[in-house]
Amino acid sequence: MEALIALIVGVLTACGVYLALRGRTFPLVLGLTLLSYAVNLFLFVTGRLTVALPAVISEEAAGYADPLPQALVLTAIVISFGMTAFLIMLALKARAELGTDHVDGQRGGSGPR
Amino acid sequence: MSHLVIAPVIFPLIAATALLLTRRAVPLPARRLLNLGAVAVEVLLAALLVPSVAEGAILIHTLGNWPAPYGIVLVADRLSVWMLLITSLLAFFALLYAVRGTDAGSRHFHPLFQLQLFGLSGAFLTGDLFNLFVFFEVLLLASYGLLLHRGGPERTRAGLHFVALNLAGSTLFLFAVGTLYAMLGTLNMADLAVKAAAAPPENLGVMRAAGLLLFGVFALKAALVPLYLWLPAAYSATSAPVAALFAIMTKVGAYGILRVYTLIFGDQAGPLADLIEPWLLPLALTTMVVGSLGVLSAAELRRQVAYLVVVSVGLLLTAFGLGSGPSISAGLYYLAHTTFAAAALFLLADVIAMGRGDLQDRLDPGPVIANAKLIGGLFFVTAILVSGLPPLSGFLGKYLVLRAAAGTASMPWVLGIILTAGLLGVVALARTGSLLFYRAEAPPDAPPIVGPNWGRLMPVIGLLTLCLLLVVGAGVLTDYTRETAGQLLQPGNYIRAVLGDAPGD
Repeated sequence: MEALIALIVGVLTACGVYLALRGRTFPLVLGLTLLSYAVNLFLFVTGRLTVALPAVISEEAAGYADPLPQALVLTAIVISFGMTAFLIMLALKARAELGTDHVDGQRGGSGPR
Repeated sequence: MSHLVIAPVIFPLIAATALLLTRRAVPLPARRLLNLGAVAVEVLLAALLVPSVAEGAILIHTLGNWPAPYGIVLVADRLSVWMLLITSLLAFFALLYAVRGTDAGSRHFHPLFQLQLFGLSGAFLTGDLFNLFVFFEVLLLASYGLLLHRGGPERTRAGLHFVALNLAGSTLFLFAVGTLYAMLGTLNMADLAVKAAAAPPENLGVMRAAGLLLFGVFALKAALVPLYLWLPAAYSATSAPVAALFAIMTKVGAYGILRVYTLIFGDQAGPLADLIEPWLLPLALTTMVVGSLGVLSAAELRRQVAYLVVVSVGLLLTAFGLGSGPSISAGLYYLAHTTFAAAALFLLADVIAMGRGDLQDRLDPGPVIANAKLIGGLFFVTAILVSGLPPLSGFLGKYLVLRAAAGTASMPWVLGIILTAGLLGVVALARTGSLLFYRAEAPPDAPPIVGPNWGRLMPVIGLLTLCLLLVVGAGVLTDYTRETAGQLLQPGNYIRAVLGDAPGD
């Protein structure tokens, strides 16, 4: 399972970086979103992968899942959610004010479409 | 446990909430007074912390009374309080300028301003690495709003770059924090320092990667080469008081570098000690070179000032990169000076731009500015400050850094680059000054001479007075920064204060 999770984080990061390097705001937003998904998943598994273990104290538990990464990832999700919403609004504002969705504001620029 | 430590964090949050809730009910002049009063209280709160930390005490506040390392702690040591005091003083004068009209147009300027201070104070006081990330996000989100205040295409474009870059930076920060947690099982910085020193050898490679990733994030915030490209665009596109307040933003990155790499990866960290030493000094010196070229080539005054900020970041991190007690002490003194001086120059650039009509701050010969003698005089003094000529605080800061570099292996490089960058700065500012004030021609339909715009000039004069106080009080202040550097290089006391503090006492 570790290999699978590592692969997912890796693929998400690679796609995120690729899209974030595009010249248009829409792929940029998508890329940064994918990057935040990757890091959220990564944070979530920093407490090690466990199956069917409680995070809070219980009498018949054989072991515990680390609750802290769950709290961290919740914080990180909320923050990245807010930031993405802000970025989308900013991208729309840039489209309206600059008349193009190119990140450098060049009309019909040489960036990939 | 000291409750005063949390006051500088909680007070701006309350003030921001109050300003947000009253944004429709209370007229703008009253809200301006409210915000100015709140910032004045924050200066007072920071000043109240000074006497206790100056004697070497490290004040701890455990949130919810959960003992470290399980709960989150706020830690006030000499460095934190020094940064807090600089931030609140800078914010006061930036706001004093903003209330002269910049804050109109959006009801959210004042709440955002306080939220920015909330994020900055939290980042300087927290003793928890994840908490540092959260406060970074708070201050960044507020800074996005402030940067885009009153809009315009140029500002939107610069804002888009700034936001996207910082989002990528935040992701990297989380990767680094997650890796450290996975390796060491803690996020408390004092506890991290203890655990990192005792890390098993098979984990060292991953931890080194995490430490360097973290360095990348702080370098992005501090605008170190090659991650400085966002700064000139963002700082020159935004409004003057925001740019002045942002003079502290690059110092947040420098603070992060100083805190993390003296505490967690400091001399005591065994195999992880001095992790970034091979990187920091060369990169800082390169930053100075690149920044100086930018200063020379800038075609607008505000962009030139932004590049001067890049140069000052280079000098600051050169001082930190030398890594000895005297050099860190010199860097901390220079940090105070460069923050105030750069802010004063940003504000002055705005006053000059307003006096030149359509020409704005473009460096072309233009009309005579009203009150050219007064404004030119202030520009002259600020230029001396920024370029580090005697007898003002810029010279003193630079001299202290040079003296700290004497005798080290990297002395020729440090000396050569700092002095060359200083010369290039003088040349560029002298050219700008003569172009703005001597080559100006009064147009045939000369506008009537209006009285000095004291409302806008007062904050500039205030910031220059602070720089003057830095010279007058240099003896006391360098004593303080020397002790700060000593405290940073002996992280044992910090660790004992955080981890050895029994809850509830």
